[in-house]
Amino acid sequence: MTDAPAYATLKELQRSLEAGECSSRELTQALLDRIEALDGKLGAFLRVTPDEALQQADAADAARRQGRRSPLLGIPLGLKDILCTRGVATTCASRILRDFIPPYDATAVARLRQAGAVFLGKLNMDEFAMGSSCEFSAWQPTRNPWDPTRIPGGSSGGSAAAVAAGFCPATLGTDTGGSIRQPAALCGVVGLKPTYGRVSRYGLIAFASSLDQIGPFARTVEDCALLLNAIAAQDPLDSTSAPVATSDYTECLGREIRGLRVGLPREYFIDGMEPAVEAAVRRAVADLAAQGAEIVEISLPHTEYAVAVYYICATAEASSNLARYDGAHYGYRAAGTRNIIEMYSRSRTEGFGEEVKRRIMLGTYVLSAGFYDAYYSKALKVRTLITRDFAEAFRQVDVIATPTTPGVAFRIGEKLDDPLQMYLSDIFTISANLAGIPGLSLPCGFTAEGLPIGLQLLAPAFEEARLLQVAHAYEQSHDWWRRRPELA
Amino acid sequence: MTAFETVIGFEIHTELLTRSKVWCGCSTQFGQPPNTQVCPICLGLPGSLPVLNRRALELALRACVALNCRIAPVIQFERKNYYYPDLPKNYQISQLRKNLGEAGWLEFQVGDETRRVRINNVHLEEDAGKNIHPETPGADYSLVDLNRAGTPLLEIVTEPDLRSAAEAAAFMNAMKSLLEYLEVSDCNMHEGRLRFELNISQRRAGEERLGTKVEVKNLNSMKTVLRCIDAEEDRQRDLLESGESVIQETRLWDEPSGRTRAMRSKEVAHDYRYFPDPDLVEIHVDEAWVGRVRAELPELPDARRRRFVEQYGLTDYSAGVLTARKPVAEYFESALRSHANPVGIGNWVINEVLRWLGEDPDRELADYPVAAHDLAVLVRMIDEATISGKIAKEVYKAMMAGEGAPEAIVKAHGLVQITDTSEIEPIVARVVAENPDTVAKIRAGKDKAIMALVGQVMKETRGKANPQTVNELIRSRIDEMV
Repeated sequence: MTDAPAYATLKELQRSLEAGECSSRELTQALLDRIEALDGKLGAFLRVTPDEALQQADAADAARRQGRRSPLLGIPLGLKDILCTRGVATTCASRILRDFIPPYDATAVARLRQAGAVFLGKLNMDEFAMGSSCEFSAWQPTRNPWDPTRIPGGSSGGSAAAVAAGFCPATLGTDTGGSIRQPAALCGVVGLKPTYGRVSRYGLIAFASSLDQIGPFARTVEDCALLLNAIAAQDPLDSTSAPVATSDYTECLGREIRGLRVGLPREYFIDGMEPAVEAAVRRAVADLAAQGAEIVEISLPHTEYAVAVYYICATAEASSNLARYDGAHYGYRAAGTRNIIEMYSRSRTEGFGEEVKRRIMLGTYVLSAGFYDAYYSKALKVRTLITRDFAEAFRQVDVIATPTTPGVAFRIGEKLDDPLQMYLSDIFTISANLAGIPGLSLPCGFTAEGLPIGLQLLAPAFEEARLLQVAHAYEQSHDWWRRRPELA
Repeated sequence: MTAFETVIGFEIHTELLTRSKVWCGCSTQFGQPPNTQVCPICLGLPGSLPVLNRRALELALRACVALNCRIAPVIQFERKNYYYPDLPKNYQISQLRKNLGEAGWLEFQVGDETRRVRINNVHLEEDAGKNIHPETPGADYSLVDLNRAGTPLLEIVTEPDLRSAAEAAAFMNAMKSLLEYLEVSDCNMHEGRLRFELNISQRRAGEERLGTKVEVKNLNSMKTVLRCIDAEEDRQRDLLESGESVIQETRLWDEPSGRTRAMRSKEVAHDYRYFPDPDLVEIHVDEAWVGRVRAELPELPDARRRRFVEQYGLTDYSAGVLTARKPVAEYFESALRSHANPVGIGNWVINEVLRWLGEDPDRELADYPVAAHDLAVLVRMIDEATISGKIAKEVYKAMMAGEGAPEAIVKAHGLVQITDTSEIEPIVARVVAENPDTVAKIRAGKDKAIMALVGQVMKETRGKANPQTVNELIRSRIDEMV
């Protein structure tokens, strides 16, 4: 174990704890110290919770002494600030929830807590998960550990950066249109968006309910599988969580991929992609072929509509989901208002950031009388076509491989004034959310400047095991995952 | 002057009788301290999600079946978006495009005629909380109580098939009766658990096309609905007769003035932006499920009427009257358990209980002063000749005045019927002796003249004698005098 415990994998930490080489308290303290020393420059955490973390670590150590064993017992993790944590402020990186302290845990958080995990704190994100760069956080930007002048991606930028910076072995993020996979790619870590319905959304502060899904970030595919094991389950509190049995997602790791059919959708290799990205992805696909996978060119013909469909469906749902933040019951309330309309209006005007307001307006518009059929209703139909594209494709292939993003991490401020350019950075990730299928991004190379490049793998619904199997096969044949950024 | 026809339809909201709310496990009990029956879900806290209460759906299905609706094979909930502080999510989960039930009907009697109102749709939604505006003058705040937020609410929308206040009254009674029989709601209107919203328009006699309708909210009793129909009829007809037109709008009933008023613009939501709620999955309702709901329907008015005829030997008419309202039928059967005289008790219920209820359309049987057992005892006392029918009326009056159980009243007022003829005979002898003219008339064959003598004897016994007995005693006395 080098740089222990910063760059140890979750699996390695598990072994050290098991062997008694260190305690959870020592581990937790070491990581808290590292965060204290280095996060000032990165801004991955919005809130570090050392007292709670050390308490949980002590409890885990005590449990272990009493003979309890669990894969996550005593393992320090970070949580995206969109996930409700009992008694710990959860702001969704928004002014409007500045002082909101949930009296409950999100189901995924509760499951980790039950498994004995230690929570180091809450991670930065774009406000209400609306953004691709973490620049839309109401509180602070997060910088990319590989180049602090660049963005870490978004919206789960804090979750990706924390893992890349060695602040914790794994974190949870959420993915509505690529918010796990895109920052995973830009920060050189593994990020998994499970099938819609695989992980309960209870306690995940909704952006777009039909698209949101919680998933893990880690430095290895195996660590992602370990976290998925802990959080995947049907939940009586979430009607949309799926009544589909889970399995041990580590079981498939190490199985060879000979004979597996890997689809390359021609719509995902487009003009305007950064050449280094395309080259790295094509090399990765060649490596899969070298391991015996069969490469099949496929078509997902409705791909070009994905971004438009997404920005209708997601904003429509958001306009309604975010209506509850009105200053009446909890959260930010503007001072000195004279009537209820003014209270609503000013609380929301002052409480929400520009991007959130942009999307609320767009969503309100597409649902309005007279526009519903032209936009929302039509978007739902095209969404069905996109879902069918994948169903069709998965008759021919077992997994689909694509670049995660068309380019590498851009500079802070570079796309702030051009929302459309920003939206296009999710062009390859959005379709998986619309179709509800699982997707994973893992490192597949670096540019000459040393910026990470991500390979995206997609599988049919509830085939996370297959996704992890292929990702693991690729990961083990390279040491991209061992690279680490130089932090000042 | 042109003749106008009034066209009326209703939107009916009723809270379903579930123990817990529709999306969470909080209690639906009424009258608890504010904000004590709440959780993150019905408070609409960030990240909370609704999960459908299956019982609520089954009660709603029961209403759909009883209202002869077509049940949608797939139902979906939608969000109705509008801002109001009693609505914590600022959207109400309701239904729009895939309603639970559609195209049903309800039949009811208006006089001797059977009328049918078509049901456009029946759907399930959630109730809102309550805003409380302090009465302190100058208070610059309002309070919100969310205990009621998330209570399951059934909405029944009719077609505009009613033509008068009388029809509307008969319809409302029939609908309330059905909902009571179905045990889907306690139909308590005072506490807002059954609410009628009215839509009303005018058209010239003979016209097919519907006139512009007005919706009226804030009608919290049947009496109010009927007053409102009269008031709106006048207002709309005045407008039309003076060449103006009725504006399509939602109006509020204003109790003090007895009129409707237009809602202020901020009270009107223009666009609810309905869309399918992505937090709730579509629910498939198959034939088997509908079949089970149908099989488990409680006894409905028709079946109960037939049973009353067979089991109790009542006439079809009496059975129909007694079963029109579930609480009345239950009161009747409860009284029978204390004294098994269905015809006698039936007559009392029809003549007295129903008359009392009919005096005010909003009266509830639960508020009726006479307990079923006490009414039964009263009838028993008549049947056992302890009191006469005439005395019974007086005892009943005392019971209505809250003087207590019939035995106690009879005792306290010394009203026990005199059955011992030796007590009456001297009085009969005296009355006959003092009225020779009348006796002569009777002897001459004017039989009716005897009533004057019976009356005098009754008067002297303060009504406690049995008039039939007195009649016989007078006749035999006159016969003896021959």
